[in-house]
Amino acid sequence: LLFSCLVFLKGVGTVERKNLSEDQAEQFFRSGHTNNWAVLVCTSRFWFNYRHVANTLSVYRSVKRLGIPDSHIVLMLADDMACNPRNPKPATVFSHKNMELNVYGDDVEVDYRSYEVTVENFLRVLTGRIPPSTPRSKRLLSDDRSNILIYMTGHGGNGFLKFQDSEEITNVELADAFEQMWQKRRYNELLFIIDTCQGASMYERFYSPNIMALASSQVGEDSLSHQPDLGIGVHLMDRYTFYVLEFLEEIHPASQTNMNDLFQVCPRSLCVSTPGHRTDLFQRDPQNVLITDFFGSVRKVEITTETVALDPNLVGLETRVPNDEMATEPLKYAEQLPVAQIIHQKPKQKDWHPPGGFILGLWALIIMVFFKTYGIKHMKYIF
Amino acid sequence: MAADEAEKARGKRAALAFAAVALVLGLPLWWKTTETYRASLPYAGISALGSLRFQLTVPVSVVFAKGALPGAQQRRLPFADTQEKESLLNPKTSITSRYETTYRSATVTEQAALATAAVQEADAALLLLQEDSLGALTVYVIPEISPLLPQGVGVYVGKHRSAVMRCPQGPGDVLAAVSARVQQIVQAMSFTTDSITAALSDRVPMDQLGTDTRRPFKSSLGYEITFSLLNPDPKSHDVHWDIEAAVSGYVQPFLDKLGLVANFSVDSQILYYAVLGVSPRFDKASSSFILSALSLPHVINPVEARLGSSATSLYPVLNFLLYVPERVHSPLYIQDKDGAAVGTNAFHSPRWGGIMVYNVDHPAPDKALLPLRVDVDMVRVMEVFLAQLRLLFGISQVPLPEEFLLESPGNKGLTDWELDRLLWTRTVENIATVSTTLTSLAQLLDKIGNIVIKDDVASEVYHAVASAQTAMLELASGHLGSAFQASKEAVISSERAFFDPSLLHLLYFPDDQKFAIYIPLFLPMAVPILLSLVKILREAKQSKKEPTKTD
Repeated sequence: LLFSCLVFLKGVGTVERKNLSEDQAEQFFRSGHTNNWAVLVCTSRFWFNYRHVANTLSVYRSVKRLGIPDSHIVLMLADDMACNPRNPKPATVFSHKNMELNVYGDDVEVDYRSYEVTVENFLRVLTGRIPPSTPRSKRLLSDDRSNILIYMTGHGGNGFLKFQDSEEITNVELADAFEQMWQKRRYNELLFIIDTCQGASMYERFYSPNIMALASSQVGEDSLSHQPDLGIGVHLMDRYTFYVLEFLEEIHPASQTNMNDLFQVCPRSLCVSTPGHRTDLFQRDPQNVLITDFFGSVRKVEITTETVALDPNLVGLETRVPNDEMATEPLKYAEQLPVAQIIHQKPKQKDWHPPGGFILGLWALIIMVFFKTYGIKHMKYIF
Repeated sequence: MAADEAEKARGKRAALAFAAVALVLGLPLWWKTTETYRASLPYAGISALGSLRFQLTVPVSVVFAKGALPGAQQRRLPFADTQEKESLLNPKTSITSRYETTYRSATVTEQAALATAAVQEADAALLLLQEDSLGALTVYVIPEISPLLPQGVGVYVGKHRSAVMRCPQGPGDVLAAVSARVQQIVQAMSFTTDSITAALSDRVPMDQLGTDTRRPFKSSLGYEITFSLLNPDPKSHDVHWDIEAAVSGYVQPFLDKLGLVANFSVDSQILYYAVLGVSPRFDKASSSFILSALSLPHVINPVEARLGSSATSLYPVLNFLLYVPERVHSPLYIQDKDGAAVGTNAFHSPRWGGIMVYNVDHPAPDKALLPLRVDVDMVRVMEVFLAQLRLLFGISQVPLPEEFLLESPGNKGLTDWELDRLLWTRTVENIATVSTTLTSLAQLLDKIGNIVIKDDVASEVYHAVASAQTAMLELASGHLGSAFQASKEAVISSERAFFDPSLLHLLYFPDDQKFAIYIPLFLPMAVPILLSLVKILREAKQSKKEPTKTD
């Protein structure tokens, strides 16, 4: 008989023996997920929207620190601030005044960059309707046991979010995309966080189960930015994300903090706008939902207690002589660019084409004007 | 005046003609050109698939050896019997298990095979006499006193699709007792209602999410298996593992047997300076380092970033890691929740893979010549990895009563009837997936008005519906192999149809935006027509009144 020991997380260092009924109760309140994904989207471009990129990169950094690997994060940044020509400190994106914290390091993996961040691509990532040539890093390969965190930031309005200054995604489209994800069981639970003006309007239309949503401001309110940096010349972060990040800095992979604490982050006195949240579609009580259920990636493990009996005699294993020093012929690169051929090339014989429409038209005009002016009787002197 | 009248009449006719053309030609043309293109879909077939009534038929043949049955009952052979059991899971799903049993006596060659000394040889000999088809089972009944089975063993379940059982003695109807026993054996070797229900966990919401449903990977068309050797201390250990030979010798036979189920690709890698995310505790009592069960969940994440996954493959990845601890942390043992050391020194994570810690014997410090050459004992390692692989595929042990003797699968890693069990659950899971996918596609098309359905998508849907229906029929007639193939094709087609890139819904326009677009186009044209129609109507009414006035 197989014993399976489900390992539950406790506070660091305490080993408590639980009796069976308590175990079952725990099991009921735990989320049934086995992996975590994150989709982080920054939708605005241009240098003065530096803070949106800094927001997204800060959330990316927290999520990575708490354990979600790059292969499970889809990061979409609409503009490149780190290498922007207006950045006085190239290769950095700061999230704190006085340039204290650089959230752009050498391990930031941006999956959709610059003009690839479009409404269409975003919806394709969510619904999975991606062209077959898309690489694995650009796909959301979640299954029915995945908890997904979706964070969006940018400029928004009542019922829409602006992408790249040229198009919008409406709350109806977003709700439909989530419904398509639910129909195909592409998520177990979904946490949607949005930091834009009038952000609460974006989650008004959700109708699929197991979604929890947070927004930085209500309909009719603007989300404000936090602090400008005089050295860089732009605002570095938005208020709501700044305080969410301060909150997340205290979370470590084994913490037991729950969602109710996240809802209290950034009260009106600090944020000026009123953050909102929506939990009616979520099945579990937010009290029982751990922050690390969405922001971290905690694995459930089981001890392996069985083995398969193998008989090495049945296998015809030839003992391999270690032949690491095998003489192989040296590898060469194939000719990338046939320079010799290009240099000594004769100019190509161009085929003759009849004069195009413009030339013909121009000559027709000139001839017409000439004969109109001087009369047709001159024709016989020309030809 | 007459010319005037004629002019007016012509004007009226012209206005009416314009209005007629606009209504009769223009409106339908505008409607047709602005509707989203939808190729026809078999909605009837899809809604029929929505309610699944599975009928799973297992063909069983019970063969009686000479002397097993008393004479009176022997004369009743051969005969056939069918048993059905229906369980209704929810209004849309029901499972009917059907056991078509044929009872006959053994042929001469079978009798000779059953007369051998050891039951394993008998099993191998009997295999040659059977027509080996997926899903079909054979039970051999031997006399109570036969020495073929060891003492205390009532039933022997072989490596292939046959079992050998002792004939139950006792008064009364021996055949009834035999058929009850056979029922038990067949359920263990094919499926039980619970195992099929677990496969339908999407449709039938389970209140208690047991680990057995969450651990195995979902049915997929392919899997990628990666074996990684983690050597955090290359200065002390020069680790060599003959992974190619081990894979071809132990893993490949297992994967070949599962080749019917999915495509597999196996790769391996060696990672240097890859440490575990947790530092182990030193335990003075055993003078070894301990990794407690609570710290195990935190081991995986830091390592996973370095494992890498193939950029081209979209299949789920199973990772098997072999960790050789550093010299300063040797020996390293894993402790379970109760503090006891784990025999295999390994653990696994549902839907991810497994990790095993391989301790190296160090000679005395002065005799040590660093780096120490370590040749990994691949047999021990593969025993654990194969066990983890089996668990991750959902091939778990079936609880059986004491007197059952199960033959170990040996180097193949998997017995034939375990493969059958997997196929039964996978086929049911595939058909359920197809049903969910197609019904949700139909629902989505209903709800979101502007999704386009192209012709090739429609043909994939037709193919999926047809294959799913074939699979259900094949299941009902007991052909497990062809049922599984049909269900696999149905899944491929339905996934291709649902996830076709062209199905992205067109942009949503709120109503005020739609008005803003159409008004400048249609209003200038519509206003003169409408006004002239109104004028015509008013004049017609007036002219009707006038004759009464001028009289």
